[in-house]
Amino acid sequence: MRVWGTVSDVAVQRRELKFKKPGIDRFFHFVVTTGALVSLLVLGLIAVFLFLRGFQIFKDMGLSFITGSLWEGTGAPGEPTTYGIAPMLVGSIVLSLVAVVIALPLSVAAALFIEFYTAPRLKKFLVSLLDLAAAIPSVIYGLWGFFILAPRATEWAISLNHLFGWFPLFHVPAPFFDGSPFIGGMVLAVMIAPIITSVAREVFSQTPPDQISAAHALGGRKWSAIRYVALPFGRSGIIGGAMLGLGRALGETVAIYLVVNIAFKTNLNILFTGSGNIASMIALKFGEASQYEVKALLAAGFVLFAFTLAVNMFATYIVNLSKRKSA
Amino acid sequence: MTLSLNGIVGRGEFERMLDISVADGEVLAITGPNGSGKSTVIHTIAGLIPLRSGKLQSDGTTWDEPATNTWIASENRTCAVVFQDIRLFAHMSVISNVAYGLRARGVRKDEALSRSETLLARVGLTSFGNRRPNDISGGERQRVALARALVLEPRVLLLDEPLSAVDAASRSGLRELLPELLSGFAGSTILVSHDPADVEALASATLQF
Repeated sequence: MRVWGTVSDVAVQRRELKFKKPGIDRFFHFVVTTGALVSLLVLGLIAVFLFLRGFQIFKDMGLSFITGSLWEGTGAPGEPTTYGIAPMLVGSIVLSLVAVVIALPLSVAAALFIEFYTAPRLKKFLVSLLDLAAAIPSVIYGLWGFFILAPRATEWAISLNHLFGWFPLFHVPAPFFDGSPFIGGMVLAVMIAPIITSVAREVFSQTPPDQISAAHALGGRKWSAIRYVALPFGRSGIIGGAMLGLGRALGETVAIYLVVNIAFKTNLNILFTGSGNIASMIALKFGEASQYEVKALLAAGFVLFAFTLAVNMFATYIVNLSKRKSA
Repeated sequence: MTLSLNGIVGRGEFERMLDISVADGEVLAITGPNGSGKSTVIHTIAGLIPLRSGKLQSDGTTWDEPATNTWIASENRTCAVVFQDIRLFAHMSVISNVAYGLRARGVRKDEALSRSETLLARVGLTSFGNRRPNDISGGERQRVALARALVLEPRVLLLDEPLSAVDAASRSGLRELLPELLSGFAGSTILVSHDPADVEALASATLQF
């Protein structure tokens, strides 16, 4: 056997390691890189388009476009015109938060049930059902919300107000309960539950089986293993799913348009009628908007775009943070 | 006689006929090369894999007997395992890891914590309670795993290569600790090891695979 010398007494020759990729590899590399860059480019171009079209509004209105709560005028010469999207921005956030608060516990429970309590065949069926539910067009959810959910949810809202009316969130200034953020948020909750469930289940399914069997071998029953092993392990997935759901809820248009009484006012009494979000406002006003107002709607679109992007980036940050912690 | 296993254990293609019994206070060492099914025996007794045929009994209670369809679930067996790959819960503090089994069996929180602290002291990790498993050394993790098993006061203690995942320096410390812990342990112990020195030091009986 040959004995290797130490580094000092052999001349160490550095050699360049060159790998020439075969043509097909380089071609494939080119295709996927192009695909990735194109989607990024399209995203950037959308942002640029919205910003350029709405730029005049940002210039004319300044910060009051975000903080103002009046939407008046057509921009014709001599006519006082003010555009401020604060009520709809707040509405977007309120509706989405109601949705996530309702959907999150249901989704986590559903994900745990599918992953840990169902027989394998039923599990397969439920998982495909979940994907199907995520693919239902939102107008269907909207119609269901309008015809089926809203009449019942109005009753629930009345009971909630009756019991918890002393709490500001459930207070109503007048007894009108239809088309409220509460009902809109419930429809959104049903819409986003599949995606949250699906993401959470995916992460739960990656719980190391070794850790689960360790829990059992130390006397832990199923719930204890879930509580102490699966749930902490899946935390990043739960948060990530919730944020994804939030992102979807923020931009939802048709379902809100159908279910909520779109009213241009800041409404923090979630059981009280009238609310709206930026997306539904754009859809509502677009048809009859003057040229100048269309610019304002595009500017509002830019704000929604930027806000949703910020939420998603924050979600990614949170997920990475908790990933690092659990690693 | 507390623990007896008479039958065929197996995992996948692998099968092995076995007839062992371990009395109270006795330490049975199972030795043999890799892949000879040592861990399979441990996992079968712990109830993580079923017996192929035969009977597994502890203190007169049948844990696993395919012929009569008897099966006691893992969490209901009065045994505790120290796994070869340790398997601490990474997101929990050391003390929570040790207290886990007690909490899972419904022991009150303050009692579980104080018993866990006592055990941590016995394995020489008095001030380690609030640390995370990832922040301590391999030898210390192994001690936590021992404490986590012993705190349950099991009737059967299953040690799967308790010294193999540990560097040489920590190993000598554990070699001193283990006999001390085992001599104070009233139940039956099964020790899986491929190291003759460990077997020599710890076992009262040996089974060669």
